[in-house]
Amino acid sequence: MTVYDPSDSVVTATLDEQPATRRAGAFRRLLRTPLGLASLVALAVVVLLGLLEPILSTHDPLFASLEHINAPVGTPGWPLGGDQYGRDIWARVLTSINVSLVSALIGAGVGISVGTVFGLIAGYVGKRTDAVASWVFNLLMTFPALVLVMVLYPVVGSAYQGMMLIFGVFLAPGIFRLVRNLVEGVRNELYVDAAKVSGLSNLRILSRHVFYVVRGPVIISAAFLSSAAIGVQAGLAFLGFGSTQTPSFGSMTSDAFQSIYTQPVQLVWPALFLAVLNGGLILLGNAYRDVLAGPQSTRTKKRSLHEATVVGSATPRTAPSRSAGGLLSVRNLRVQYPAPEGGMKTVVDGLSLDVQPGEIVGLVGESGSGKTQTAFSVLGLLPKEAHITADVMTLAGDSLLGKKPAALRALRGGTISYVPQEPMANLDPSFTIGSQLMEGLVKGMSRKEAKEAILALLDRVGIPDPERTFRSYPHQISGGMAQRVLIAGAVVSRPKLLIADEPTTALDVTVQAEILDLLRELQRELGMGVLLVTHNFGVVADLCDRVVVMKQGELVEEGSVRDIFHRPSRPYTRELVGAILDEQTVRSDRPADNASRKDDLR
Amino acid sequence: MTSFILRRLGSGLVLIVLVTAITFFLTFGAGIPVAQNILGPTASADQIATLNAQLGIDRPILEQYASWVLGVFRGDLGTSYFTSEPVAQALASRLPVTLSIVLVACVITLAVSVLLGVASAARGGWLDSLLQGIATISYVFPAIVLGIVMVYVFAIVLEWVPAIGFVPLQESFGGWFASIVLPAVLLSIGGVASLAAQIRGSMIDELNRDYVRSLRSRGLSERSILLKHALRNAASPGLTTFSLLFITMFGASLFVEKIFALPGFGTYGFTSTIQGDLPAMLGVSLFSVAMVVVVNLAVDLANGWLNPKVRVS
Repeated sequence: MTVYDPSDSVVTATLDEQPATRRAGAFRRLLRTPLGLASLVALAVVVLLGLLEPILSTHDPLFASLEHINAPVGTPGWPLGGDQYGRDIWARVLTSINVSLVSALIGAGVGISVGTVFGLIAGYVGKRTDAVASWVFNLLMTFPALVLVMVLYPVVGSAYQGMMLIFGVFLAPGIFRLVRNLVEGVRNELYVDAAKVSGLSNLRILSRHVFYVVRGPVIISAAFLSSAAIGVQAGLAFLGFGSTQTPSFGSMTSDAFQSIYTQPVQLVWPALFLAVLNGGLILLGNAYRDVLAGPQSTRTKKRSLHEATVVGSATPRTAPSRSAGGLLSVRNLRVQYPAPEGGMKTVVDGLSLDVQPGEIVGLVGESGSGKTQTAFSVLGLLPKEAHITADVMTLAGDSLLGKKPAALRALRGGTISYVPQEPMANLDPSFTIGSQLMEGLVKGMSRKEAKEAILALLDRVGIPDPERTFRSYPHQISGGMAQRVLIAGAVVSRPKLLIADEPTTALDVTVQAEILDLLRELQRELGMGVLLVTHNFGVVADLCDRVVVMKQGELVEEGSVRDIFHRPSRPYTRELVGAILDEQTVRSDRPADNASRKDDLR
Repeated sequence: MTSFILRRLGSGLVLIVLVTAITFFLTFGAGIPVAQNILGPTASADQIATLNAQLGIDRPILEQYASWVLGVFRGDLGTSYFTSEPVAQALASRLPVTLSIVLVACVITLAVSVLLGVASAARGGWLDSLLQGIATISYVFPAIVLGIVMVYVFAIVLEWVPAIGFVPLQESFGGWFASIVLPAVLLSIGGVASLAAQIRGSMIDELNRDYVRSLRSRGLSERSILLKHALRNAASPGLTTFSLLFITMFGASLFVEKIFALPGFGTYGFTSTIQGDLPAMLGVSLFSVAMVVVVNLAVDLANGWLNPKVRVS
């Protein structure tokens, strides 16, 4: 009685974009997994038993023999014994297998055909067709299916096939949603556009491209829906719906239940075969999903909420004494992640870096250069999988190496703080701005004091109506306002070091300059050291005292802003600086000082 | 928010009208020989005609439908053909049984799923395997088999609880609890399997979002991040799954009532369906769809309360 959500099987959707060879061998690979092979064999045996019923069955399943009432297992000619009417349990099992299989075929067949056909149409045509179809299927999903199947019983008649037909319709909405979403995702993708341009008819596009994507998840769903249909058919027959002339696992269970005090063993047979059928289907579905998703998905990972902590290098290159002084001092930082194909992937390699009190240091590089990884490892915000080592990492004279997560957390609320890149994504959408900011405040303050402090701070960071913003939810304010809120949240503890990760990249050009001004003012007011992560030399020129240039996880060069701009010693730095100069020449209509704050280097 | 509630109420009414109309026209229009069934095969044509007139089923079907709808507005769902008991009264007396097991099953499902889902999202490892195990069991063994095994083990072999029967809550809390605990647990196994997996998935998604990192950067405790922020945001998709689960549980209570011989809604529906007791069947269908609508509305309201984008706009 589990609600199966077919979107569980979507794992495969992205995989279909990979070479077709992966899929071609899917069935063969399925046979090579122990689970896949075992469930296929079990299912094949049960299906075979059903198909060979005329040969294997020794009696008519309805034939009642008075001498064989409750006959024990192993009675000659009655291998599984007789039930309370003296009918041959073995013969009834064989017939029931066929009833279950036909139920699965009808239920899952109807569900999948209805869902797939309408899903393909709705997803591909879109617009009003999609809206209407989605509405109908959503409604269908909220129908109490079993009650309706039951109430319609006198209309449909006692044949179980009819009931399965109706039940199948109720299985369709899940498939509809699955197929519709997959098709909608594919519809606008390049290859369908390309196919249209190349003159293929709509029908061919549907059948070849779209159906190809949908196939894997639908096959997996088929296994789950079949098992649902088998379960429901058994349940209905157990209740007493259906002809008494048709033995099925449900009616066998019901019979066995009546003599459960005296003959509990009779319950074993329907339960066993139902379990093998359903288990085979479910495990086969799971195995197929795993095969399509590749080797990684089957591994259950141990997760931890705690972030990775920095440990001392095994073979330090620098003597600890050299790190004395400075607000932040990092020597030989190395960040690695376990690679999917085994081994470790190094994303930051031997980086050293200093920030003096009151100094703004720019950490510059293109994406993938390891600058954000560096910043996060100082903050202690890298995921647990990260392996971080350093010879030295001190913050305000305090070594961060080997610190416990709780100690790092205390530092984050106080000495060190962070301004993120995407302001909207960095506010919890479910809480008001005020309550989020209050929560970060130091304990020992009353709610009223805390609220006043936050309001004053919101006013300080340039928010026009602090009271209103305090009561607002994140979706009610603009990106620029959100970034001011986050800056307020970062400086509320009067940190010594502020780490800003591309603080203006996601903002409108006009807002960018204001945010940079705000950061500079606050830095001066509070005397903070700032580590500014950016890919933009314009921002660097505007704000920073010193620059550290990174490429592919390694330090390229560092120096004062003046030196780096006028005498870049490395070609890579020259390229980066050149990029901003290019922009100045291209946008000659702007005042030079404005253009240097520009941040849409792409 | 008001227009949101009104819209949901509207679509709920559409669902009620649709389902009852479908049931009405399919069952009353199917030409079931009701009078023959009541009077038995030996009844004369005269007797059948008299009874048909008495029951009002010789009128045109639209007229019958109109009078049924009017009756609903007066709280009159008709009278059972076989027991002469008013349908509304019969349903009202059966509902406490079904609601007892379904609501207790909901509470168990919610509590266990949130606990397991959150813990498994946070820790992974063996908790992931436990979740998978529960899901596999609930898929592999149909409710009827699990139910009978439970009866056999807990009621017959261990004799911890009575195997069958229902004790009203007003009579004795202990007796009531003992009579519904097995059915409720049985119903919640499948519920936990799907809801816990859903919550686990949403929690993992939420924990990977940027705002979680920002909250961490302000030194918030893991407990607050997990239970206050991530769970609050993960609750919305969980609630939607829960509303679908309720429909499934309500349907599955048919089987469960039969196994535990509980005189509930499902048992009443089954008996009236087998007999072809049309007013009773219609009442069952009206009551179930109304229940679904009420639960969906409650879930929508809860979602609105959880999600400020719905609430404040």
